[in-house]
Amino acid sequence: MILNPTLPDRQAVLEQMSDHPAVKAMLDWSTEALIDAKFEFGELTVTVAPEKIREACVRLQAAGYNFFDDMTAVDWQPATPRFQLSYHLLSHKFREYIRLRAFVDGADPVIDSITQVWPAANFYEREVFDLFGIRFAGHPDLRRIMMPDDWEGHPLRKDYPVEGYR
Amino acid sequence: MATVGTTPEITNLGGQHMVLNMGPQHPATHGVLRLVVEIDGEVIVKIRPEIGYLHTGIEKTCEAKFYQQIVPLTDRINYLDPLANNLCYCLAVERLLGLEIPERAQWIRVLLTELSRLNSHLVWLGTHAMDIGALTVFLYTFREREEILRLFEAVAGQRMMTSYFRIGGLAMEPPPGWFDRVQAFLNIFPEKIDEYSNLLTGNPIFINRLKGVGYLSGADAVALGVTGPPLRASGVDFDLRRDMPYSGYEKFKFEVPTSTEGDTWARYVIRLVEMRESVKIIQQALDGMPGGPIKAYAPKIVLPDREQMKTGMESLIHHFKIVTDGFPVPAGEVYQGIECGHGQIGYYVVSDGTAKPYRVHMRYPSFPTLQALETMCKGRLIADMVAVIGSIDIVLGEIDR
Repeated sequence: MILNPTLPDRQAVLEQMSDHPAVKAMLDWSTEALIDAKFEFGELTVTVAPEKIREACVRLQAAGYNFFDDMTAVDWQPATPRFQLSYHLLSHKFREYIRLRAFVDGADPVIDSITQVWPAANFYEREVFDLFGIRFAGHPDLRRIMMPDDWEGHPLRKDYPVEGYR
Repeated sequence: MATVGTTPEITNLGGQHMVLNMGPQHPATHGVLRLVVEIDGEVIVKIRPEIGYLHTGIEKTCEAKFYQQIVPLTDRINYLDPLANNLCYCLAVERLLGLEIPERAQWIRVLLTELSRLNSHLVWLGTHAMDIGALTVFLYTFREREEILRLFEAVAGQRMMTSYFRIGGLAMEPPPGWFDRVQAFLNIFPEKIDEYSNLLTGNPIFINRLKGVGYLSGADAVALGVTGPPLRASGVDFDLRRDMPYSGYEKFKFEVPTSTEGDTWARYVIRLVEMRESVKIIQQALDGMPGGPIKAYAPKIVLPDREQMKTGMESLIHHFKIVTDGFPVPAGEVYQGIECGHGQIGYYVVSDGTAKPYRVHMRYPSFPTLQALETMCKGRLIADMVAVIGSIDIVLGEIDR
């Protein structure tokens, strides 16, 4: 295994990876678009503001990250902002995954849907809605997918007990 | 708190349309898949998959377990390709830990993952042909699958839920004579593929049921997140084993079959060719099997051998500590993708520096591929839908997790 160097913050990524197609695409868009970045374990992570998520996906898709691979959320309670959304994009051309992140607040978690960019995100966003209670604005069919329709609570939140409510 | 909608009925049925409910208990849905299908006569207008009947909350369970206790959970997700699940999870955690896996362990992992792919493809072929009406093939493929399961049993003690790959290597050395048994299986297996092919490839009924059915274009496949054989059948030449090699796949020579037909027939042909390529990989693994240890040297992470544990104080302490307290994994997040029988698996592991993962998310290929079902079936007959479900090789355990 080749141990890749770790670039812990935005500054280091901008200095050493400005040629990277994903970093370049973000910089060409706007200098403020990239609010955070890191390179760890051989993976590039770029963080954008939640209101810019759809635009970021359009830009990255145009830059060669053509395949939407996966999307999920992480609940960082009690930290604020509470929810981290992680989108994993794959480039068939560059043979590489990148992670796109956005953080949303816990009080009324809502973020734009990216189903207009990748229809594949449809089920994934429904899953995150179901299990985390994060809403996706502009989703064509936002309803529970795993749990029954009348289920109470969102099981993957950290304040939901592993055994469920009894 | 988010508002929750209820499952809507399909409304505005224009003129002669009707709704047909297929599943969740239906032999052609390969599990508990429920499809709400709007039809016009026998022609499909709309398909709405309803899933979640097998949801067991594995991702939530993972957050309450030590890292090493999650390996058996991964088997249960895709029960046809258990070793690929083990491999993907172990690779993800090993990357977080920075563990270097000995070459022998990597090669045995490749060998077993390919056997597991054969297992997955054999079950697919048998059940797919059975859906179409060719019942005989099922008996033939399960005969060979039985031999593969015996090989798994010999090496792991379990036929289906193997849990043989562990974080840092393998559970134990394969028993004496095991590699000869694999070789004996490989010697007969290519003929068996010919046998299946003879039963199906020239069969006019099979051809008519499959050719031109369930067309999916390459652009649609990418947009809908389709991976694995259905993606390659639509002309997108991408295979993680070749393009982003893991666990030493770069040392093996194999072809990745593709087709531009994009129909059910192309998916059938591609899987048959993939079986032959897997045989090649297993043969290379057998021929070049390196010696050496099967576990990484990391006493605080990898369980010691039984013998050492009984004779060495240090090993006993390490064993006790790993089993009772687990081992801390450095904080960070990784996403590991591998290619299993159906398509790409991805494990997203987030660590907060403790002995239990903060979050584990699994991406499994059938989940996005199910979204492409409507695109493939629209405007075709109900009976074609059964052929298409078979051809995307759906596993409900991995959709619901």
